[in-house]
Amino acid sequence: MSIDLSEFHDVFFEECSEGLDVMESGLLELDHTTDSEDINAIFRAAHSIKGGSASFGFMEISSFTHVMETLLDEIRDGRRDITRDGIDLLLASVDVLRGMVAAARDEQAYDQPVIDEVHQKLESMLVTQTKVDTGIAEQKEDTASETVQICEKANVPREADQRITSWSINFKPDASLLRAGNEPSRIFRELMRLGELTVEADVSAIPPLSEIDPENCYIGWSLSLETSASREEIEELFSWVADESDLEIACAATRQKLPDTDVEPGTGKQAPIVSAETPGEVLVEASADVTPNVQDQPAEKANTSQVTKVAEATKNKSVSSGSGKESGSIRVAIDKVDELINLVGELVITQSMLSQTGVDLANSEAGHFDKLRDGLTQLERNTRELQESVLQIRMLPISFSFSRFPRLVRDLSSKIGKQVELTMTGEQTEVDKTVLEKIGDPLIHLVRNSLDHGIETPEVRKAAGKPETGRLELLAYHEGGDIIIKVIDDGAGLNRENIITKAMEKGLIGETEDLTDERVYNLIFAPGFSTAEQVSDVSGRGVGMDVVRRNVRDLGGNVSINSNDGAGSTVTIRLPLTLAILDGQLARIGEETYIISLVSIVETLQMQKESISSFTGQSELYRLRDEYIPIIRLSELFGTKSGKKNLEDGLLIVVEADGQHHGLFVDELLGQQQVVIKSLESNFTHIQGIAGATILGDGKVALIIDIPGLIQRYSKQCQQNECLLGAVS
Amino acid sequence: MNTTQTQAAEKTTGSAIETDNRLDQYLTFLLAGEEYGIDILRVQEIRGWSGATPIPNMPDFILGVMNLRGTVVPVIDLRKYLKLESIPFGKTTVVIVARITDADEQSERTMGIVVDAVSEVHNIASTDMKPAPEFGGALNTDAIKGLATRDEKMLIILEIDALMNNGVEQILNASEQE
Repeated sequence: MSIDLSEFHDVFFEECSEGLDVMESGLLELDHTTDSEDINAIFRAAHSIKGGSASFGFMEISSFTHVMETLLDEIRDGRRDITRDGIDLLLASVDVLRGMVAAARDEQAYDQPVIDEVHQKLESMLVTQTKVDTGIAEQKEDTASETVQICEKANVPREADQRITSWSINFKPDASLLRAGNEPSRIFRELMRLGELTVEADVSAIPPLSEIDPENCYIGWSLSLETSASREEIEELFSWVADESDLEIACAATRQKLPDTDVEPGTGKQAPIVSAETPGEVLVEASADVTPNVQDQPAEKANTSQVTKVAEATKNKSVSSGSGKESGSIRVAIDKVDELINLVGELVITQSMLSQTGVDLANSEAGHFDKLRDGLTQLERNTRELQESVLQIRMLPISFSFSRFPRLVRDLSSKIGKQVELTMTGEQTEVDKTVLEKIGDPLIHLVRNSLDHGIETPEVRKAAGKPETGRLELLAYHEGGDIIIKVIDDGAGLNRENIITKAMEKGLIGETEDLTDERVYNLIFAPGFSTAEQVSDVSGRGVGMDVVRRNVRDLGGNVSINSNDGAGSTVTIRLPLTLAILDGQLARIGEETYIISLVSIVETLQMQKESISSFTGQSELYRLRDEYIPIIRLSELFGTKSGKKNLEDGLLIVVEADGQHHGLFVDELLGQQQVVIKSLESNFTHIQGIAGATILGDGKVALIIDIPGLIQRYSKQCQQNECLLGAVS
Repeated sequence: MNTTQTQAAEKTTGSAIETDNRLDQYLTFLLAGEEYGIDILRVQEIRGWSGATPIPNMPDFILGVMNLRGTVVPVIDLRKYLKLESIPFGKTTVVIVARITDADEQSERTMGIVVDAVSEVHNIASTDMKPAPEFGGALNTDAIKGLATRDEKMLIILEIDALMNNGVEQILNASEQE
């Protein structure tokens, strides 16, 4: 019978990458401590990947993992010291595996030389240290296959000091055993792998043929097993049938196994093995199959130990899953969640439409529709709650993004010869999946920057009176409706003079400008800006920071930097929790409705004629208290024909972006509401100044204004008009 | 505007011509008195014109975006796109919602195309299609799959991806220039 396994592939790949993550973080943990639980966790992960890949037919992955597993096994048993080289190699193997898994998923071939190289290294590491105590195994190398070899090397020494126990097992299944699809002969076959097995069937309970129910099991078995396996391993094999049978496992005798003595083939107790392949049909076989052939002994032995390992691993797994916390999560395809979110979004729209109609109706009929109104209020509340909880589904802890940094920091710091200690706080802070995915790259840039430019070499640090090991901190927490992520280092900080010199060279600022610290630090976000004296492959090409800012802005957030010369710098990223909804202010311009994020609005006011002044005849400023605010006429900027022309007739919405205020001139304000953000890009394209679109209660599309983008667009237009915005402070 | 769709479907039956070749179905529409056809498998639905929200600083053939059951879809005025004379939208004006594959064949986008009216669904075998001669005008020859004749009238069968990709490029350029 063949089952199409391909539909399970996705799950397998996901499990693989989870397993690899576990391995990676575990390996990094080994740098600091040698907790046996960590090693076990790594081992388990490797083992499940091996098992999974073998059953799904990814033999390359399976055999590669096998070698890793062998190495890990030795570490776990304390037969091998944990060295930095070893960890490096294992980390490299994790990378290769990840590549292989990715290649398998995309149905492509992974770079074979890379696999071979790491495979070779693993093998040679295995050989170098275990050679001494595997004299016996080596003699058999010629005949045994490669896989067997490795097993033997890994396990022969262990076997040598293991005890052989004779177990007597009394197995009396319930009559219903076979109906549940259990097959005693399979259990016996597994037991044979553990050691030498003799089986005796007790057929006394079989009724006369006329009374036999062919689906019942009437046979009991008494088995005796000589094995080095533990009681748990034997019980494990019976775990499926334990509830449906009387099972007694007793220890008959124990003796020390001599390393050189092969297990003697059982000759005396050639008891018949009863196989119940077909229910009701009783087959009696000679026990020739039961007794292992003498010539097969080495392979058999290797097999045994392999099974032992499997059983142990399974045991470990069950123990840990029992003691570990149940996270209580399910795996759901993101499409399904998005679909759900979309539907709820639609529901919100429908609800607001109904609500509006209901209010109109209730007002016009003077109270006749109180119940309708109550119902609609109820509906509104329920819809909101539903929407909130559905949106929660997309929220993931930021640790998904943070988890790669220990590795990154470790690799990078050793590469550039710096000592860095990474601390991460607030990893459980939850954030929308999309935000999470898009924040990864900017964070990598920031961390690399801190390592490369921020934290100094140990010598420099020592000279400056700082501890040789630099500190790098990643911090995440919620504040209001936003998530704040900070990258803090205690390195050299930003050099104000350097930045100013570089900025002047690049013509970003004029010679005589008096700049605030904030302004200076913001300069490093300009495209192509780098103060690194030499370009390294780590950073210094000046493409990092502007990418960071752009990505963060695309997510509707902002990034700022703070620095103390000599004492380090802090980069703060502020992001909205979710990209799916937004608290918006609806504003009308001409016939169109636009939405402005409430977060960016400072205030809205009616303009006084005497406070409006024009500037070089082209742009207008509004004097608000002690500040001159540029007025952006949205209808002109967007090229819409309609809309009010006279500033005093409309309203000015004062918005803030990057610490600067601008005023948006609109016809009137319509109301505030939570809007579901729809992408313009999926079917259209990104438009500067527009963050997306939403659908209003009447089914019409309204555009959501992206304030920073809009201001950029405005400045660009001003520059084209030879308008000097720089003079406005 | 389901009625339009049903009408179009009803007319189908009459025009089926049996040939040995595989018949492809084409939805035809009218534009300035000419009849054009597009692969019906690309057509998602046909809707009556119900307005669109204008998008700032876009080429004039972009009428804006509309709400297609929760997705925001751009709408193109095919007359303006093909540099034909504009006429006021009337009762028969419809939006053909079609799926367009990008030039890089990586992504697919849904677009609304405004035409004067939908006409029929024709079954046309590829052998019945004549290659288009080289001619000037707004229509690139790449965008024409071929010419077919039905009821003594010429049908211009369009390759919708090639037709729209030029427009998509213009849109992308417009958004980059800003």
